Amino acid sequence: MSAGVLFDAPGPKARMRHRVLGAVGLLLLAAIIGLVVWKFQQQGQFESSKWTPFVHGEIWNSYLVPGLMGTLKAAAISIVLACVLGGLLALGRLSTVKPIRWIASVIVEFFRAVPVLLMMIFSFGMYVKYNVVPSEQAPLAAVVTGLALYNGSVICEVIRSGVDQLPKGQGEAGLSVGLTEAQTLRSIMLPQAVTAMLPSLVSQLVVVLKDTALGYNVLYAELLYSSNDAASNYSNLVPVILVIAVIYIIINYTLTKIAQWIERRIARRGRSAVTGPDTGVGPGGPVGGPDMNANTVAG
Amino acid sequence: MSSLFDQFDVWGAFWMTIKLTALSAVFSLLIGTVVAIMRVSPVPVLRFLGTSYVNIFRNTPLTLIVFFSLLGLWQTLGVELSSQLPVNAFRFAVVGLSIYHAAFVCEALRSGVNTIPLGQAEAARSIGLTFGQTLREVVLPQAFRGAITPLGNTLIALAKNTTVVVTIGVAETAYLMNKVNEDASDQLTNMFLLAALFFVLLTVPIGLLTGRASKRLAVKR
Repeated sequence: MSAGVLFDAPGPKARMRHRVLGAVGLLLLAAIIGLVVWKFQQQGQFESSKWTPFVHGEIWNSYLVPGLMGTLKAAAISIVLACVLGGLLALGRLSTVKPIRWIASVIVEFFRAVPVLLMMIFSFGMYVKYNVVPSEQAPLAAVVTGLALYNGSVICEVIRSGVDQLPKGQGEAGLSVGLTEAQTLRSIMLPQAVTAMLPSLVSQLVVVLKDTALGYNVLYAELLYSSNDAASNYSNLVPVILVIAVIYIIINYTLTKIAQWIERRIARRGRSAVTGPDTGVGPGGPVGGPDMNANTVAG
Repeated sequence: MSSLFDQFDVWGAFWMTIKLTALSAVFSLLIGTVVAIMRVSPVPVLRFLGTSYVNIFRNTPLTLIVFFSLLGLWQTLGVELSSQLPVNAFRFAVVGLSIYHAAFVCEALRSGVNTIPLGQAEAARSIGLTFGQTLREVVLPQAFRGAITPLGNTLIALAKNTTVVVTIGVAETAYLMNKVNEDASDQLTNMFLLAALFFVLLTVPIGLLTGRASKRLAVKR
């Protein structure tokens, strides 16, 4: 990070100024928190009836834990399917046969351009209408469909940029020992590309986890949906939302940290995917090609 | 297809999506710039606040933020942005979208700051510019130009993410699709293809324009 070079080591006057600015920042923060507390107080959000359910446990047993399980289940199925789909699409986009490449590109571009929620609503409507799955499974199927299609295309692009960033000699070596193009891709390029791109793939998990909350709109019983149920039962909407926000933040922050840890490990072994200035971000920036920044944004 | 236009306010929904995108883009750029400045500033407290902002909002689902902004802030805590219900929901939608995407704008700008060679800031300091002057005159103008591609990606994600505000009943594209699904399910495929086309037409030009702009404007080194 070049931020360190933006300013000198502070002298006595600057340190004084920084303390003043820091105090102003803290005062502003305190003012915001104070405003929130005052509003909470005014609307009776600190009443014990709104918070004790979290201590007694029945809100966890009947709403929040089942909701979290729903979220994790949808995320797990989606990520497995997305990896399979992403791998197949990557094989397609890297294929030597032109029509296959072309078809895979169209699929990838389409599913990346269309919002995930629209795919969920559409597939939900279709599953219900044509009885593709039992009606109580339709919400889960719709959530998984939307997430797998979008994240599959993103994973395809991640793998592809991983292959693009491999040294050219890798492929040439494979061909020169007599492997076919497909064998070279499968047994030499893809394993290396996936290893190099592991951090991006793990951070994609954050996107999947966050996007399961979209299932709220197709009546899938994930964490947000079941917490809404809990809130109408205990009439404590704001406390419930704050609690589940903390749950989401802890899970996703941990995943982000794991991704960064893997990234550092790979960098230490000298297999970093960041090959030079053409990645658009300097050292310390996100791994990957020019598209990778979008992947950290929920689709 | 034409009965879809007769039966439903398709243009209204698309226009709502565009309005949400444009307004939230402006606000998230403003908030994101302030957070980015805090994150690179020499004041530890401000850096900490900026980092916390990014970590909190980047790791929370947008659906939850949007849901909270209307049902939490308005219904429970009594914060009102307009006395008309649809306008109120719309404004809270913009608030939620802006706050969430500001975290990504901040990270995009920070990656833009990372493209600037160290010598530039050193040179700026050596001719006596203060941190504020260095930021204003040297670093930020180049950071914006270097960050055009990630900013464009954030804008594309923002355009697609406007569909999430269906959660609080803003009448945009996803809301319309839900309605078509309920009232005229035989039209659902048409509606999906139309909405998909709309989003392709909305996002592909953003990608092309920012791609071209970043080639033309990025400072060549």
